[in-house]
Amino acid sequence: MTQQKPLLSVNHLKTYFQSDDGLVKAVDGINFDVYQGETVCIVGESGCGKSVTAMSIMGLLPDSSTIQGSINLDGEELTKLSKGNMRRIRGNKLSMIFQEPMTSLNPVMTIGEQITEVLLEHQVISKKQAIKKSLELIKLVGIGRGEQIIKSYPHQLSGGMLQRVMIAIALACDPKMLIADEPTTALDVTIQAQVLNLLQDLKEETNMSMLLITHDLGVVAEVADRVVVMYAGKVVEQGTVEEIFTDPKHPYTRGLLQAKPVLGSRKKRLYTIPGQVPKLVDLKPSCYFADRCEHCMEICTQQTPELKCNDNSEHKVACWLYEKEVVHQ
Amino acid sequence: MNNYFVKRFLYLIPTLIGASILIFFLYSLIPGNFIDTDPNLTAERKAELYALYGFDQPTIIRYFIWMGNLFQGDLGYSLQFQRPVTEVLNNYIWSSFIVAFASLFLTWGIAMVIGVISATKQYSFFDSFITILVFGAMAIPSFFLGLIAIKFFAVDLGWFPAGGMTTSGADYTGWAYVKDIAEHMVLPVIVLTMLGIGGLTRYFRTNMLEVVKQDFVRTARAKGLKEKVVIYKHALRNALLPAITLFAFELPALFSGAIITEQIFNWPGIGAIYMQAFSVRDYPLLMGFTMFIAVLTVISNLIADILYGVADPRVRVK
Repeated sequence: MTQQKPLLSVNHLKTYFQSDDGLVKAVDGINFDVYQGETVCIVGESGCGKSVTAMSIMGLLPDSSTIQGSINLDGEELTKLSKGNMRRIRGNKLSMIFQEPMTSLNPVMTIGEQITEVLLEHQVISKKQAIKKSLELIKLVGIGRGEQIIKSYPHQLSGGMLQRVMIAIALACDPKMLIADEPTTALDVTIQAQVLNLLQDLKEETNMSMLLITHDLGVVAEVADRVVVMYAGKVVEQGTVEEIFTDPKHPYTRGLLQAKPVLGSRKKRLYTIPGQVPKLVDLKPSCYFADRCEHCMEICTQQTPELKCNDNSEHKVACWLYEKEVVHQ
Repeated sequence: MNNYFVKRFLYLIPTLIGASILIFFLYSLIPGNFIDTDPNLTAERKAELYALYGFDQPTIIRYFIWMGNLFQGDLGYSLQFQRPVTEVLNNYIWSSFIVAFASLFLTWGIAMVIGVISATKQYSFFDSFITILVFGAMAIPSFFLGLIAIKFFAVDLGWFPAGGMTTSGADYTGWAYVKDIAEHMVLPVIVLTMLGIGGLTRYFRTNMLEVVKQDFVRTARAKGLKEKVVIYKHALRNALLPAITLFAFELPALFSGAIITEQIFNWPGIGAIYMQAFSVRDYPLLMGFTMFIAVLTVISNLIADILYGVADPRVRVK
């Protein structure tokens, strides 16, 4: 797998927004690859740039944002594509499902219309064929009574059903890459597992790649092949799921793992990481986690650590604790 | 479904009875009437006229007589015109209607297009320019706007007639007659459109801005749909829903005339008649006309409810 060319390669991606307070560096120079058939999870707290990363890849950010760096999907440089060409990739080769299934579908259009629409847009098929394909897709995502479903409106279905419909829409054109932005956050716990299993099964069946954005480490442990931990617009740690869970390096990753409830353990109080994600405006060069970190050293507040491997594995971390020679000033 | 409409229809009855009570007693309990306005009448003649028009009866009895007549389609008898109210309304209402209809059509059409473009290009040059223009048009009073229009387009440029509904002295028939009226309509319609367009443009712009922020619009984009499809198929349909209520209010407005604008352009519409009836206390005409508008308002509300059911599946009753 390591010698293969990555399907999606994000390099030095920087997404900035101009706000009234100044330049917001929502995503600040991140790198990661996703290989064919692989599930990569991006983990982090709210406001650390996960969703912006996803929207940058999809090209769905408002014009007020600036994107630098490169996003390469299957040999095509997405940042350099014209709007029209990007549109042809979206929903086709690259598709996305969102956090809120209840609001993500158009309330005045039937489910059928909304599924056939994407097929008719990207494929050369007749309306009849599109409807037939829609019924197959509905069956594929595990909903019965397809004939009835395509005639219903979003408000007539439950959240779990709607998320399945969203998945059907996303998979309609056999994408190579699926981005799922917290697909289970808004759902019931029992439904969460069903939707995750569905995604996992479909991924294996179609051999597509998946970029899953979540803050739920339980989800990560279940589905991820590799994990990217983000903090304040930067990647702080990256590695395989085993490496992250058995040998977390960055104090932030360790904090996240400690904050995860473990079934059966009788702790009085769940661990929390003190403090909050810093405001992403006018950050000074430093480790952005420094003021919440129990291992904070002098250098942490003065220089930004780089993401690098400290042994021969692919496990990378951006933390001064692991620098072999700390540059003393 | 049918049950719902029957129920909804039955609700109209108490509403209209309530309206009729309010309308009748408001006009009837005001001291003075058409006959009192003439100081030259002798007490004897007055009593005669009172008896003739039924003013000598107690107010309650008069209400029931009036209601009884209403059910037979008789809106009363206009004292000033000495004709049935229905006939007077029929004579003047249609000239108000054609102007109001043309202006409604233009106002909604233009406001929708401008509102949507303004919203999709929020804070662009076009948006700011239109905003200024629209607020300008809204802020100018109709009498001023009307006079300016007459000054430029009728007097200086001579493109359109300054007032009236037909060219006096001309005896057009057929299409020439239609063309003549159309020419006379242009200026009042422009003035009414300019007055109405401001609020509606802002309304559509706001609705549209609200809708394009919604998740399902993002989904539509994520599907790779063309921007035109995203805006006009996904967003606009949702943005139009709240406008249905507003549209329903336009129906009675179509028949109620534009008092000031009709005055300026000397247009023989119902607005002018209405004002005149007030000054001579022709209460039967006023009561009949107000009741007519009340019925239209209630019906248009019913139509709005039905339209909502058609347009929005969430409202559709099973």
